[in-house]
Amino acid sequence: MKNAVLLLGVVFALSLLGYAKSDGSWLKRVSESDRQRTNPFAGDREAAAAGRNLFLNNCAKCHGENATGKGSRPSLRSERLQRATDGEIAWILKNGNPYKGMPSWGGLPELERWQIVAYIRSLNATSAEPHP
Amino acid sequence: MSHSIFFVRRSLFALILLATPLSSLLAQQEPPYFVTYSSVMEEPGNLEIENQNIAAAPKNTNAFFAPTVEFEYGATAWWTAEAYLQGQATANDSAVFTGFRFENRFRPLPREYWVNPVLYVEYENHNEADKSFLEITDHDVITDQQVSNAELRKEIERSIEGKLILSSNAKGWNFSENIIAEKPVNGPDPWEFGYALAAAHPLALKGSSQRCTFCRQNFAAGGELFGGLGTRQSFGLRGTEQYFGPTVAFNMPGGVTVKFSPEFGLNDNSAGVLWRFGVSYEIEQFRDWFRRTK
Repeated sequence: MKNAVLLLGVVFALSLLGYAKSDGSWLKRVSESDRQRTNPFAGDREAAAAGRNLFLNNCAKCHGENATGKGSRPSLRSERLQRATDGEIAWILKNGNPYKGMPSWGGLPELERWQIVAYIRSLNATSAEPHP
Repeated sequence: MSHSIFFVRRSLFALILLATPLSSLLAQQEPPYFVTYSSVMEEPGNLEIENQNIAAAPKNTNAFFAPTVEFEYGATAWWTAEAYLQGQATANDSAVFTGFRFENRFRPLPREYWVNPVLYVEYENHNEADKSFLEITDHDVITDQQVSNAELRKEIERSIEGKLILSSNAKGWNFSENIIAEKPVNGPDPWEFGYALAAAHPLALKGSSQRCTFCRQNFAAGGELFGGLGTRQSFGLRGTEQYFGPTVAFNMPGGVTVKFSPEFGLNDNSAGVLWRFGVSYEIEQFRDWFRRTK
């Protein structure tokens, strides 16, 4: 019985780790080749508008409809993301950061992930949301 | 037989009626599988409620309808917990509650690879009247269902089940393979084995700039192959049920997903067709309901 309680405690503590706020340490894990990848939709307003729809369907539940964050889940209108390359944003979307609470979105088609990158980039470039 | 077909049709019709008024927004990356698991986990804090149903009118056996209600919670980004409640209604017999299951899935690796493993552990407590077909192991065959519910419900099976889930994503495709091992813990039965394989692809690889309900991106199609692999003493396909079928899912804008699949029996041990229909609704950030700061 004691072992079961101990196990539950460990599992609970580990789950709290999952809620820890992202600190940007994931950037160190991005390889140079991934960092240098360019967005095939860079500067494409229609792709950014499609990315906004995808963002609302998949990301807004944690990051908020305006990408300003929710509770401990970070804002995507941040200086860190302004500095990040398209390749770095695409990397975190594909791989996630599961021990910091960010799930992998590798199951989304790659082009849809790049559309989301275009939307996030548009947020940080102009602080204004694109309109379809 | 005509009564059986009527029973199946009536069940499907009732489900479609139930599903139609619903509309909401699901994680669009989840493949349209009924039996096979992929590496997609529930998003942390979200609660998905799914009603998964199966209807069949096997030859020489009474038609049946078996609903399962599933609660899937994203405890963290690498840990998903689920609970199931199961029941069934059999034509010319009765309707019975058949049992429950608790399962946990763990994604051990911290990033995406060519093959993404997920570890699955489940505890099942159900009687032999269970007709949910959530997985097939052992030498289970469809003629086992010829016995009345009154008799079948007397036999309780408690078991621990493990799965190794392997899943890959490439060019919009998802390929998933599950290897299943189950050990009854309330009897001397040996380890039982099964498998499930699946592949799926969304109908569009790019999102639309318009908000739309019937965009191709909201549909995914694929196929599933699954069946038993016998036991530790008699491993193999001989004397097992095997099924294959196409599967399709529609992610409605707003949170509801509807899935459908006819699964065709591949040998004489299997039912001719298992008709599956599922509706799921995702409650976003369910855990925020219990937090002061949202």
